[in-house]
Amino acid sequence: MKISLFITCMVDNLYPQVGVAMVKILDQLGVEVVFPEGQTCCGQPAFNSGYAAEARASAKTLLEAFADADYVVSPSGSCTGMIHHYYEDLFAGDAQLAREAKALAAKTYEFSQFLVNVLGVTDVGARFPYRVTYHPSCHGARLLGVKDEPLTLLRAVKDIELIDLPYATDCCGFGGTFAVKMGDISTAMVTEKVSHVRETEATVLVGTDMGCLMNIGGRLSREHSSVRVMHIAQLLYEGMQLGAGSREAITI
Amino acid sequence: MNQGSHVLDRARVALGDDFLRAAVRFTADRLRTKKYAATEALGRWENWRSRGQHIRAHTVAHLDYYLGQFADNVTRAGGNVQFAADASEASQMVLDIIKSKQARSVVKSKSMVSEEIGINHLLEAADVEVVETDLGEYIVQLAKETPSHIIIPAIHKNRQQIKDLFTAAGGENLTTDTKTLAAFARRTMRRKFLEADVGITGCNFGIAESGSVVLFTNEGNADMVTNLPQTHIVLMGMERLLPSFADLEVMANLLPRSATGQSITTYMSVLTGPRHEGDHDGARELHIIVLDNGRSNQLADPKMKEVLNCIRCGACLNVCPVYRQIGGHAYGSVYPGPIGAVLSPVLNQGEQYADLPYASSLCGACSEACPVKIPIHDMLVHLRQRNVERGWVKPAERQAFKGFAFAFAKVGRYKLAMKTARMGQGPLVRDGHIEAKIGPLRGWTAGRNAPTLAKQSFRDMWSSLQGELKTTTRESGGKGK
Ligand code: SF4
Repeated sequence: MKISLFITCMVDNLYPQVGVAMVKILDQLGVEVVFPEGQTCCGQPAFNSGYAAEARASAKTLLEAFADADYVVSPSGSCTGMIHHYYEDLFAGDAQLAREAKALAAKTYEFSQFLVNVLGVTDVGARFPYRVTYHPSCHGARLLGVKDEPLTLLRAVKDIELIDLPYATDCCGFGGTFAVKMGDISTAMVTEKVSHVRETEATVLVGTDMGCLMNIGGRLSREHSSVRVMHIAQLLYEGMQLGAGSREAITI
Repeated sequence: MNQGSHVLDRARVALGDDFLRAAVRFTADRLRTKKYAATEALGRWENWRSRGQHIRAHTVAHLDYYLGQFADNVTRAGGNVQFAADASEASQMVLDIIKSKQARSVVKSKSMVSEEIGINHLLEAADVEVVETDLGEYIVQLAKETPSHIIIPAIHKNRQQIKDLFTAAGGENLTTDTKTLAAFARRTMRRKFLEADVGITGCNFGIAESGSVVLFTNEGNADMVTNLPQTHIVLMGMERLLPSFADLEVMANLLPRSATGQSITTYMSVLTGPRHEGDHDGARELHIIVLDNGRSNQLADPKMKEVLNCIRCGACLNVCPVYRQIGGHAYGSVYPGPIGAVLSPVLNQGEQYADLPYASSLCGACSEACPVKIPIHDMLVHLRQRNVERGWVKPAERQAFKGFAFAFAKVGRYKLAMKTARMGQGPLVRDGHIEAKIGPLRGWTAGRNAPTLAKQSFRDMWSSLQGELKTTTRESGGKGK
């Protein structure tokens, strides 16, 4: 099986290690990963600010880059949600592009969604002996409907102590440009989120979207907290290395 | 945009008010928990939501027909219907009725439309005494404020504050105990009910097939307001209709559960026409004022039409993480919260509320909670688009997104832009992150650290990473190893 990696501009530039972890996991699962270089960004920063034409300019790079892909997999429920929920409408003015947008949506998956629902993998053979709490990102859960998949993967991790996050489904306050434009409101939101993370006494916060994790992590760091913030791919990959030898080789 | 900073400025005031924030959180939490329990107990909640959505969408799609049927049936039952194009027309209609009755005092039960047209001030200016009889509205009226929630008007007040307000209004030896406070309000209102010349109510639903007005309350005050005064004025938004009583059954299941987590409202009053021959009670005259005020414009707008499906349950406010932090007054509109951020800009012409759609992280909790499945977060995005189209945005922002479009349209430019940014961030980086509160970063860095651009982007790593993969593939490649 071959997938095209949709890296997202945020992971590309700020968190490349998330991309690396993802690629290595897929690789170990026997999936061939290609990286179409022409991609830039799904256009969400512009789209959510009301700049549809500007969003299209950037979104088109994805239509082209992934035209021939069988599957497109990304480390973000939000960027995947953007493609699923808004692309057809965004390109509604051009029948050809609208068709391409629809086709792209049909084959694009968020990482945990791809693992669980397409590959049928629920246990990657990871061991992660830490106290962990999981923040479900709003777009992944609500726009894309990915709710159980990340938890399914996390629950299968050996020795993990998974603690429920109070008020888990409340938004962390990221919201893209909202975080800058409405900085004080956003800060109030993330401050509450961080207080709940701290209540759990977890040493690791895990999620499926680096936007939210950048926000929560930025607040944790401002509060000089030692909670480690990880994308689910990072946690699983680290866990696979810890768990190596204690499992059968996984192939599909 | 002119109003760009306003909601944020007001929000800052709210964010500094610990009483308000604690009160809002406390009640929102209770309502959420109760709603969850009530919908679980009912079961098949998603099916109920779908039914609700279909009924509302159908009604709005055929609104002209149902309005005609409703008006005919009200008239047949002996009531009087007037259509008001906007708030000032509606207010004038109310004032005319008051004048013709030489009314000196009015009792009101909760009505958001009455807030929308600002009738209280106009009545007071005409020397007419107005008393709100919903407990929450009464508190807000005593505080000389406006409701901060569409269902729980005084959600921002705690018991102590309420006790102080009631004491100032003449209450003696009050405590913060709910019973004591409610008893004071009841005593005060009883007198007002008996004295009032006119009762004004809103309308939860108008039933087209019968011309009935349906009111949901928990305090029974609407029964007093509609029965004791000689004249009853109903203020209703033009979309507030249901075709039949069968549809009301669905709404009677959806509304209280979504609003307060009650399986049924405490009082449901159904009024068909004024007092008839042989009736023991009821107003002698019934006047229904149907308000447009920007609503009919939405009928022609496929992206906004569904805003008319709203049944004003307030569930979207109770789950909203922004409302939770800033409460209702920060929205600066009669309608706060997610639905307010959508409704206020479309009901009012111009830029006055153009800032509200930005007061959302677009998390979608509102849409998920809405009992009639209004895609509120999509509408918020659409309203932002409209602001851009109309030029209601800051030139610097427009420039920034033009720059984004240029740089991100071609991967070569994108790479160059990122390389430049990587080199430019140097002076800002301390301990591996950015704290500097400068330029557009300030909104972020005031409350949290920002990450730095990685030394090497993923795409810069790709070729060497790919090398590792081939190795891995080769090593584990013989799957039978
Ligand atoms: S938009 Fe939906 S959730 Fe919000 S008040 Fe209206 S009906 Fe209730």
